[in-house]
Amino acid sequence: MGENKITSSQTCVIEPPKTFFWAPLSKPAPAASGKTGTWRTERPVIIQEKCVKCLLCWLYCPEDAIIRKEDNSVEVDYEYCKGCGICAAVCPVDAIKMVPEEWGGKQ
Amino acid sequence: MVIIHKLPNRRYGMPGNASCPGCPESMGLRYLKMALGDKAVLVIPAGCSSVIQGIGPKSGINFPILNIAFAAAGAAASGMKAAFEVQGKDYIVVVWAGDGGTADIGFQALSGAAERNEDIIYICVDNEAYMNTGIQRSGLTPYGAWTTTTWTGKKEHKKNMPFILIAHDVPYVATASVGYPHDFIEKLRKAAKIKGFKYIHLHAPDPVGWRFDSSLTVKVAQLAVQTGMWPLFEYERGSFKLSPFSKKYKDPSKRVPVIEYLKIQGRFKHLLNKPEEIKKIEEYIERTWWWIDLLERSTNPAKTARELLNK
Repeated sequence: MGENKITSSQTCVIEPPKTFFWAPLSKPAPAASGKTGTWRTERPVIIQEKCVKCLLCWLYCPEDAIIRKEDNSVEVDYEYCKGCGICAAVCPVDAIKMVPEEWGGKQ
Repeated sequence: MVIIHKLPNRRYGMPGNASCPGCPESMGLRYLKMALGDKAVLVIPAGCSSVIQGIGPKSGINFPILNIAFAAAGAAASGMKAAFEVQGKDYIVVVWAGDGGTADIGFQALSGAAERNEDIIYICVDNEAYMNTGIQRSGLTPYGAWTTTTWTGKKEHKKNMPFILIAHDVPYVATASVGYPHDFIEKLRKAAKIKGFKYIHLHAPDPVGWRFDSSLTVKVAQLAVQTGMWPLFEYERGSFKLSPFSKKYKDPSKRVPVIEYLKIQGRFKHLLNKPEEIKKIEEYIERTWWWIDLLERSTNPAKTARELLNK
């Protein structure tokens, strides 16, 4: 205790921290605001027979909730889809329908 | 030319973020990832994008981000690029600022960075009001638009940011729209190859503040281009040219009537039965295209001379 005591004649040198992990730091991860699928009032339903695999819904989806498969067919990720309806609006062949969600947010 | 089917199949966005349904900003961030991949590092001043990240420990945006004060985005990005250069790291520093962070509060830092010709990409995500704090008027709100601080409609026209940046004589200035992602991705890829200050103004219709249905984001963005309200162009090393999606609308007879664009949005509702106000917006469009014509002719004198010779 006595040895480490800083007297007025010594100058106090603060060492810079080696790592900065003490600073507020968050890392990209899904569900930063929870499962946003519960926000939905209407759900998009894809009619696979009508789909022409143009990928416009995948391109325009703001939420990245349209999953593109190997053969370029698409599927909706209902866990995160907020139900904005952009996919149904941009679909050139009307293969996406907006269906009202059931009361109580049932998924 | 960007072909959607050739883009690698991966998740570009970060699902489960805090953006509103139909958000143009999270759309824009996905296109940024499609264009630049994992090499981009973002600098984000206060705005909607800093809300999309959400609170820790998870971030809702799929990029490394530095959050900075409203007025400091351009300056912080300049410093970040200098640090990367010293360390020999090859990252693209991108400023992702809203319209307030670009045209109003962040303007001095932007103008300074443009004057020093820093090697950064500055993207202004223009949703035409301070949406994050509750739809207040900004310098980029268009004439006649309702906001919570302009109840009877704004009385001034939109500040023409891309032209101000052209006047700075930076290597690359472009306008883009979330309705035309191919165009935006192409411009971003081109900007990433150019050394010096790059400015891209991204038009982003916001369903919450503009009062339209969340499914119409893309349609409103495309209507803005088709009515001539938002011309897509690029200015590269002293030469100005219109983008292919906007070339057709140079001819006023080919443009969609501006009323189609106004009536879809609730913020222009009070204008619909006032023809003299709509006339003012039409005059604004005419003036914008007059400027474009002027720039096109004056920046390509060689081309104009060649055309004259061929005649």
